[in-house]
Amino acid sequence: MSEKLDLRGEVCPFTFVKTKLKLETMNPGEELEVILDYEPATRNVPRSLKNEGHEVLDLRQVKENEWVLKVRKKG
Amino acid sequence: MLAGFTEEQIRRYARHIILPEVGGEGQKKLLNSRVLCVGAGGLGSPIIQYLAAAGVGTLGIIDDDVVDISNLQRQTIHAGNLGKNKAVSAGEFVKKLNPDVEVVVYTERISADNVRDLVRDYDMIADGTDNFPTRYLINDACVLENKPFSHGSIFRFEGQIMTIIPNDGPCYRCIFEHAPPEGMVPSCQEAGVFGVLPGIVGSIQATEIIKHLLGIGEILKERMLYVDALNMDFFEIKVRRNPECPVCGKRVIDDIYPENYTESCRLW
Repeated sequence: MSEKLDLRGEVCPFTFVKTKLKLETMNPGEELEVILDYEPATRNVPRSLKNEGHEVLDLRQVKENEWVLKVRKKG
Repeated sequence: MLAGFTEEQIRRYARHIILPEVGGEGQKKLLNSRVLCVGAGGLGSPIIQYLAAAGVGTLGIIDDDVVDISNLQRQTIHAGNLGKNKAVSAGEFVKKLNPDVEVVVYTERISADNVRDLVRDYDMIADGTDNFPTRYLINDACVLENKPFSHGSIFRFEGQIMTIIPNDGPCYRCIFEHAPPEGMVPSCQEAGVFGVLPGIVGSIQATEIIKHLLGIGEILKERMLYVDALNMDFFEIKVRRNPECPVCGKRVIDDIYPENYTESCRLW
């Protein structure tokens, strides 16, 4: 199953902080989709998630200023 | 709310939550922790400041002294509170810094009669006292109640810090069985103290307490850390449990008796 987190309007470092908190509520191996509209977060969040051992599955731009990041919680 | 945190808490604790060693789970541990700070003076100032800032959920603060102008050379949390009880003043500081923290203020003196009940109510104790009888009271009560505590003391330019986990590493009496003879060691009042020194020592105590509450890193469990601020030298001495220790070794005490906490604090 996949969870969703809408972080539009949020900036760094809170984009990562909230993604991390959300992952802490999930089970290992579960997937999370994060919506971002702050461009630097598309670089910072995946890097920080990888540092903590999570698997970044996908990052795609869906609008001019909107991205969807897909991550799998480390198992 | 996200993972049990309010929006404000997410922002307040973001720099902690980011750390892999802390995270949201560690931050929750701190918010659910209870620490008793004995003394709200020179050592207590940084201890109370950093435990409050870290979001330790409940801070007990005990001090029967009032703020005097001669304290302000090193006791940084009492601004504008001359004449006020130090525990009350410290409590006001904490509420301003972090309203998440519940403060329990005790304006009485810690004594043989109340020490066990006090420490029993907390997860960990910070020793920020300035005299031997209270230091031995805290040590002995913490061993009897099986509560970890952080020891810190200062003298002129020198300080020492150790973290005591009862029955897992030495207690203070394993190393110093009783106080030095009366008159041999001058008090801070007579000897003077370098104002920033308690800032260093108390900050190390707060570091130790937060780490122990989180269960991370290495604490000063079988090590006494010495600080010489004049020459800026830090060194440590390995310390071991004393099988003959009258408190955590042979255990000759079964309770706290007031007559044991006079000048020398000898147990027999």
